[in-house]
Amino acid sequence: MSTPSTTTYVLRGVRPYGTDPVDVVLADGVVAAIGAPGTVEVPEGAHEVAAQAAAQDGDSSGLVLLPGLVDLHTHLREPGREDAETVFSGTRAAAAGGFTAVHAMANTTPTQDTAGVVEQVYRLGQEAGWVDVHPVGAVTVGLDGEKLAELGAMADSAARVRVFSDDGKCVHDPVLMRRALEYVKAFDGVVAQHAQEPRLTEGAQMNEGVVSAQIGLTGWPAVAEESIIARDVLLAEHVGSRLHVCHLSTAGSVEIIRWAKGRGIDVTAEVTPHHLVLTDELARDYDPVFKVNPPLRTAADVEAVRAGLADGTIDIVATDHAPHPVEDKGCEWSSAAFGMTGLETALSVVQQTMVDTGRMTWADVARVLSQNPARIGRIDATQGRPIAVGEPANLTLVDAGATRAIDGRTQVTASDNTPFGGMELPGRVVATFLRGRATVLDGAVVDTTSSQSNSWNNAALEGAGR
Amino acid sequence: MKHLLTTQGLSKDDAILLLDTSAQMAATQSRENKKLPTLRGRTVVNLFYEDSTRTRISFETAAKRLSADVINFSAKGSSVSKGESLKDTALTLHAMGADAVVVRHWASGAAHQLAHAGWLDAAVLNAGDGMHQHPTQALLDAFTIRRHLVGRVGDDGRGADASVGADLAGLRIAIVGDVLHSRVARSNVYLLHTLGAEVTLVAPPTLVPVGVETWPCRVSYHLDETLEQWQPDAVMMLRVQRERMSGGSGAFFPSPMEYSRKFGFDARRLAVLPDHAIVMHPGPMNRGLEISAAAADHPRSVIVEQVANGVAVRMAALYLLLSGDIASTNSSTSSTSTSTSSSTDERTAL
Amino acid sequence: MHPGSRMPESSTTPGSTSETPSDTPSTAPGTAAARTVLGEADIARALTRIAHEIVERNKGAADLVLLGIPTRGVQLAERLAERLAQIEPAFSGEFGTLDVTMYRDDLRRQPTRAVGQTVLPGSLDGTIDDKVVVLVDDVLFSGRTIRAALDALNDLGRPRVVQLAALVDRGHRELPIRADYVGKNLPTSRSERVRVRLADVDGGADAVVISGAPTDSAATDFAGENAAPENAAPENDADERSAR
Repeated sequence: MSTPSTTTYVLRGVRPYGTDPVDVVLADGVVAAIGAPGTVEVPEGAHEVAAQAAAQDGDSSGLVLLPGLVDLHTHLREPGREDAETVFSGTRAAAAGGFTAVHAMANTTPTQDTAGVVEQVYRLGQEAGWVDVHPVGAVTVGLDGEKLAELGAMADSAARVRVFSDDGKCVHDPVLMRRALEYVKAFDGVVAQHAQEPRLTEGAQMNEGVVSAQIGLTGWPAVAEESIIARDVLLAEHVGSRLHVCHLSTAGSVEIIRWAKGRGIDVTAEVTPHHLVLTDELARDYDPVFKVNPPLRTAADVEAVRAGLADGTIDIVATDHAPHPVEDKGCEWSSAAFGMTGLETALSVVQQTMVDTGRMTWADVARVLSQNPARIGRIDATQGRPIAVGEPANLTLVDAGATRAIDGRTQVTASDNTPFGGMELPGRVVATFLRGRATVLDGAVVDTTSSQSNSWNNAALEGAGR
Repeated sequence: MKHLLTTQGLSKDDAILLLDTSAQMAATQSRENKKLPTLRGRTVVNLFYEDSTRTRISFETAAKRLSADVINFSAKGSSVSKGESLKDTALTLHAMGADAVVVRHWASGAAHQLAHAGWLDAAVLNAGDGMHQHPTQALLDAFTIRRHLVGRVGDDGRGADASVGADLAGLRIAIVGDVLHSRVARSNVYLLHTLGAEVTLVAPPTLVPVGVETWPCRVSYHLDETLEQWQPDAVMMLRVQRERMSGGSGAFFPSPMEYSRKFGFDARRLAVLPDHAIVMHPGPMNRGLEISAAAADHPRSVIVEQVANGVAVRMAALYLLLSGDIASTNSSTSSTSTSTSSSTDERTAL
Repeated sequence: MHPGSRMPESSTTPGSTSETPSDTPSTAPGTAAARTVLGEADIARALTRIAHEIVERNKGAADLVLLGIPTRGVQLAERLAERLAQIEPAFSGEFGTLDVTMYRDDLRRQPTRAVGQTVLPGSLDGTIDDKVVVLVDDVLFSGRTIRAALDALNDLGRPRVVQLAALVDRGHRELPIRADYVGKNLPTSRSERVRVRLADVDGGADAVVISGAPTDSAATDFAGENAAPENAAPENDADERSAR
């Protein structure tokens, strides 16, 4: 992947996983030293990081050091919808949000259902150089749910695909789902299911319940999600496969996952930041920025997914970052696209809902936003690593004591459709390091780091080496 | 009130003001000269994304009787059917200087978005949005119910409407049919409840929305039982759209015959009702499906009168939305204390 | 349909009452105290005189239709009708109401007004064609209410004659309109406020009351049919608005 930085950084007074302050030295792409403040030998010319950041509020106690965040569920839109996002703009937003790796979902145009397309996306990620881009392969050709895509070819490609998903659509045919679950065992892949029973959700616009009944939008019932999850965990058990459940959103789904894990089924589950905090009440003003799939649910569901995340039933938080151009959101609710951006707000939402409420520690945040997603995506050799000497310097430094106002128009992503616009969220990413190279420094993306020709060459070399 | 978008949240005072104003408007419509100069120079745009000749004509008549200029902007054959966004259409209407926009749209919430997205500053009158609301239909239904069932004995023979100022307290209204997809049902449940009436929705369970439990009404799955035991003062039949029954495994009921047998209104069911009870339908009717010809044409059917009252109610809505100056309509609370007493004065004075 | 948009309690028209916060003179310089200019007995006498004048002018009460303009014009029409019935036993004693709201020229300048009822006497069979209509209002001021009333009347039919009775004429006309029957001509300044209180609307005893803000100017406007408005037009706007 991209070259290790030649710049040496020293992070002063930062708290790994929120624990006691230390100084950390990053050199040659790895963590070179960790020690009590002032005890670490700092190479000459090292770039001081924490000093500037801490100076902003005069207090470094909130500077939490986390392993670089890993998103298992990102829509980068390229190829096909470059008006919404490109691999470059989306991964730049990811870096701004503290991520060092993202999994790019398959619903591009053309679909990421062949080795050629996944390699294209992979290379675009390499060229951009902001984060590691791991393409997700489509389970079925064109996401049509009818014929398995060439999963093996994608697994064997330069992109080394391990996560397969028809996300946006559900692999609803039970036989096809069974075959996919079985087939990916050969290369330790996983099927990430978008659990949505299609017949129960025809024309669906929002959560089916009290609010949909009043405001007259076609409902998306919880059972349409839960019935697929129940089926899939049983299928996974039957064929002995690994299953990942995307963006579960209901209390019932949490119960089913909890039950399945109790039985020893090899299932993992994710929740999005927005399902941790927003509810279907937000649909009342018909602002399509709150239209998303699966839909925002009730306050009881929000509480259930928080509890599930806290007790480990839910393994990861993934953004489901879904950028859309203004015209796809500035229209009638029923005509609007599903989805919301999330890369730049995910960590803040997790902090607000889970850390600041005392339900999780920062070590838990590292688990659900870095270690677990890296493990599920089988990129845990380089990502989601412990903060330890000798490990790759994929790190995120967050000022947990800061708050910031969210404005979709000033975000790094190419689209505006954040549901958190106008809100104040805690936490600010101060710095992000990808193999020791700063992609974000002092709270701003470091644009000079991207030299297309260099990263292209390196990508090509590394790709060839695999 | 700057807009009329929904009956949910409409205050009882405002609802009665709308009905009372409708009564005065109705009185002017029996004159030889039906035209009033009230909205001269104002522009009302009928923006129809959905075919509804009846509703459009009703609004057009209402606006013209108040001397407003009317522009009909129909989705068929215009730029709105060629993918022009609601936003661009709104900006166009704004540039044209529309004072009020009457909008009918297939999407729930479209009227709300027009009113609140900042695209235009005209008054927005919801003429039906998706499965959400159709407030003037509910108001004309309430107006029709009030005229027939409230205060008729007090008619002083001078032509004054003795029901003016009254609510619908104590009246029982059954709303029968496809509640799930019906903006008419949603509008009526909230308005009739606000006016003090009791409402029972009657439908097969497949046509009752999940989440109905928060609505201020009762729900029954049995029409005969409701008619016999609850003895409603008015029965409002809802249109059943034919496409709802032909969805194969997705159909909402087994067959038109079964629906008609269990939920259709006919002379036999009419006979069960109290003598004063009236039969209503928002139109257009499927005769033989949700209502029989005998029931629709019965003397106790007020379906034709509903249409006539629609013009008066829409005149009232347009008048109340367009006549005040914006600043005072939006903000004034200064005369609130005197307002209630003045309308009381007005009534006792007459 | 804001609650605040309904009709105010004490007056309905610029022509009937004036209520202004004022920096212009009142009839009692230096004092803001309300002054009763007509008492209960004065009002009764004035109405009786007007009733006699109506009969005299029209040589009886044949074809006579009394239409009160809401709010207080309606009570006054009722009282006139009672008196007319005493003077002319052939008169039915009926009266009607004529709501002029939808004909006003200031609808866009005021909070939304509730529309009142127009009710014709039952014996008319719904027409005023060829009748002698007497409009009845409490205070004649700018004349704009009467202008609206004439338009409203025009939509109801074609009376033979239209006459106007007002309990008080306070001057400051803005249109070429005059009253045929006047209870009392009251010289006022624009800034003053003239209120007619009627027992059956307002409670208490009948009275016509003038009030105005304290002022250091002593100029008094003897307003009458020909009196020129002493204030410039822009202030008149404010005047009308504050009268609401």
